[in-house]
Amino acid sequence: MAQVNLRKVFKEYDEVPAVRGIDLDIGDKEFVVLVGPSGCGKTTTLRMIAGLEDITDGEILIGGDVVNDVPPKDRDIAMVFQNYALYPHMTVHENMSFGLRLKRVPKDEIDRRVKAVASILSITELLNRKPKQLSGGQRQRVAMGRAIVRNPKVFLFDEPLSNLDAKLRVHMRTEIKKVHQKVRTTTVYVTHDQVEAMTLADRVVVMNAGLIEQVGTPHELYHSPATLFVAGFIGSPAMNMMRCGLEETAGALRLKLHGDLALPVPQERVARYQPHAGKSNLLLGLRPEHLTEMRSQSAPGQSAFDATVEVTEPMGMETLVFFSLNGAEVCARTNPAANLQPGKRAQLLADLRYMHLIDETSGRVL
Amino acid sequence: MANGIATEAAARLPVARRRAARRRFARHKSLIAFLMALPLIALIAALVVYPAFYSLWLAMLNKGMEHFVALGNFTCLFRRDVFGRVVKQSVIFAVSAVIFKALIGFVVAHFVHNIPAKGQRKWRGMLLVPWVIPPAMSTLAWFWLFDPSYSAFNWVLSRIGLHAVPWLGDPLWARFSVILVNVWYGAPFFLIMYLAALKSVPEQLYEAAAIDGASGWQKIWYVTLPMMRNIIAITVLFSLIVTFANFDIVRILTNGGPIDQTHVFATWAFQLGIEGGDLPLGACVSLFMFPILGIAAYFILRDINRRGTEA
Amino acid sequence: MSTLALPAPRASLKRERRWALIWSYVFLVIFAVIFLTPPLYMLVTSLKTSAEISAVTLPWWVFHPTLENYRTLFTSEQYLTFFRNSAVVALSVVAITMVISILAAFSLSRMRFWGSAALATGVFLTYLIPETLLFIPLFKIFAFVQDWTGIEMMNHWWVLIVVYPTLTVPFCTWIMIGYFASIPKELDEAALIDGASYFQVLTRIFLPVALPGVIAATIFAFTVSWADFLYPMAFTTSIDQMVLPAGIVTTLIKGDVYNWGQIMTAALLGALPPLLIYAFLMDYYIAGLTAGATKG
Repeated sequence: MAQVNLRKVFKEYDEVPAVRGIDLDIGDKEFVVLVGPSGCGKTTTLRMIAGLEDITDGEILIGGDVVNDVPPKDRDIAMVFQNYALYPHMTVHENMSFGLRLKRVPKDEIDRRVKAVASILSITELLNRKPKQLSGGQRQRVAMGRAIVRNPKVFLFDEPLSNLDAKLRVHMRTEIKKVHQKVRTTTVYVTHDQVEAMTLADRVVVMNAGLIEQVGTPHELYHSPATLFVAGFIGSPAMNMMRCGLEETAGALRLKLHGDLALPVPQERVARYQPHAGKSNLLLGLRPEHLTEMRSQSAPGQSAFDATVEVTEPMGMETLVFFSLNGAEVCARTNPAANLQPGKRAQLLADLRYMHLIDETSGRVL
Repeated sequence: MANGIATEAAARLPVARRRAARRRFARHKSLIAFLMALPLIALIAALVVYPAFYSLWLAMLNKGMEHFVALGNFTCLFRRDVFGRVVKQSVIFAVSAVIFKALIGFVVAHFVHNIPAKGQRKWRGMLLVPWVIPPAMSTLAWFWLFDPSYSAFNWVLSRIGLHAVPWLGDPLWARFSVILVNVWYGAPFFLIMYLAALKSVPEQLYEAAAIDGASGWQKIWYVTLPMMRNIIAITVLFSLIVTFANFDIVRILTNGGPIDQTHVFATWAFQLGIEGGDLPLGACVSLFMFPILGIAAYFILRDINRRGTEA
Repeated sequence: MSTLALPAPRASLKRERRWALIWSYVFLVIFAVIFLTPPLYMLVTSLKTSAEISAVTLPWWVFHPTLENYRTLFTSEQYLTFFRNSAVVALSVVAITMVISILAAFSLSRMRFWGSAALATGVFLTYLIPETLLFIPLFKIFAFVQDWTGIEMMNHWWVLIVVYPTLTVPFCTWIMIGYFASIPKELDEAALIDGASYFQVLTRIFLPVALPGVIAATIFAFTVSWADFLYPMAFTTSIDQMVLPAGIVTTLIKGDVYNWGQIMTAALLGALPPLLIYAFLMDYYIAGLTAGATKG
């Protein structure tokens, strides 16, 4: 069983904290992605799991055993680096077999395993080449092959796709997912790209400033973010954040957006938001796909309002429409057929059944 | 399953216990690193630093090394007129040799740089030969070329109607010869270093200068030299030290003669200390190199630091 | 009215470049002649009989070439001793130097301990203390060690094996640090994760990848050990203990009649090992030298 557990893990570099106490349980064969902006501590966490950094405080367990003082080579892990880190003086075959050769695995066994993995990754014809003769995508596959051949308990990926161009990145993303389906091993994957996180992960761990903001499936993170940071980080284009106040008039809750615009809170949310009535430092979070052009059929919970369109971005299948509300720029995804024009006033529909109400000071989603 | 939602409360737990363990591990790695570097440190400490300090002590003993005479050796040296000559000769030798080596190296590097790349390797190979031959051997060849009776140079001179030159017999000519051989030996080194540096100057700078109207000479002055400033400074300073402390060439060609006119610190120290058996006096002579070396060291260190911050 | 036909600018530029090229070659030939004359003269002289030398016909050419000088030297017990001593000393020093340098370079470029940064940049400052300053105190120190421990230090060629590393180790360490530092850290980490110990990282990853640096450092160490003159002159006085540079020069000064043919042959043969290494490994040789200029 190859679970990975982090218990109250701290990491300080010369008094500067990089990871400030995280708890995480990763199940056997699970594909977990650590995602967050630069400096959030995700790479540091990965390197602590690998044993490339010491742990200032806390415990890391692999397969149920505490590995704090265990050197990398005894942790039974494999890592794929951002810069591939292939040994330049060895052929692809030698690169992939290095770990096995160090363990004195018999030659024919090595050969069998290398060839098997090479065929999974479609690099069999490259086995006798040296790294400098390979393209970026090929090198990345060799790096993965080197990791897979060792048959470790845990795979660690450190932003492996960051050095590839956009098209190749999309292709390799799929490759990685396919490999994970074939070689079912616990995987910890680090990236700053939330699209990668969403598409690859069983569960996503969003990190910020050394702490975990939220852990959940891509669906949970997308539809039920727990904090302001997660709400704004996941999803592209990002969730709209509009300042508002919650006022209660005659038993009905309304979101006061500005001067004359107040939208009624949908019935199903009233009980949840009632305790916060009267607050004015709130943010209304609404994803762009829930702000559309006016439609004939509107369900309860959807509210119409007017706004002046500033910019439109035709994307083909939809047109992104930007307008200002309370000084903030808001994005709506509209049907191109609605033909909304910049500079003109338009009627838009907000589907508040999908709203998030966020307390600006605490950052919590209410 | 932990769903570790961030809480500000989980900020700083007591870390004293783990810190101790981490420090043990880090110290362990530091220890291994130190042990690996230990042979280097021990070598330099025992065979370079210690003898250098020891020579200070040694210079203050009497000839028999029985009692302490403090600065007695130093004053004794000052009184000898050979000393003045040695200082003068060492400085003239070092400064003029280095200037010529640098100039020749710089100029010839340009010539090599000008010819097509394919041929450069051949020429570079030929031109580095003086530096590859052990100086003791090549100086013997020069000794033979300067021989008073059989000098091949004098043979050529007499053929074109000029007088034979007493290459090693006349004080002035002897000093010239010694410098000549040192320049012959050392210029290729400068050539190689400057050639490498020349190649690292981006071609675009020259093109920009050409567009700005610079002539060939101006390009060298305004583009080449500033870009090569660091390497020129380093090579010149190191060469000053090495040339100043030179032993091989003077020893073989003239052994300080005629009449001690070509002695440099190294050869004189050898003569007094090893051949004459007066080790303290020899040490004393060697030490006089130190102030000059110290000044050169200061400039080198300052330049290295500047280079470090520029990069 | 006649139309002026201006010379095509391209043609004159090309002509200018051609002249620059011609002048370059002219000067290169001149300097090549200057630089190569002494060794060639050594060769010419080595093929002459004593008779031809003293006859002073034409110093620059040999009319009756003979291999007599070579034969004499190859059968000379004394000369062969010099050669053997030089070889043993040089090879031993190369081995010692490479071990010390590689270990130190690995430590200084990858690991940290108190003072390691200063040591890494300052290691070559040892060259500021030249051998001409150290040979006298070392002489006394060796005499002292001999009195104290009974180990024969005076007038034995193995003393050179002890001192030569001071000449070679600093620069070789500096070269290796440069090469090791340019190896990306991820390579070590990948190897560590693959299961390598630190020693295996050094031998199976660093050394192969930094091989050009290793070769350059080895060449440097060999050349310096082969060619050093001062230490042998100071520390070895008996003929059978001498290495080539000291041996050739001392036997020259000893005799009254200089047998120039033999002397030149001896010098030429003595210069041969470094020259051969240079001829075959010239690029590594030069790379080692210019490691400073390019790697800064």
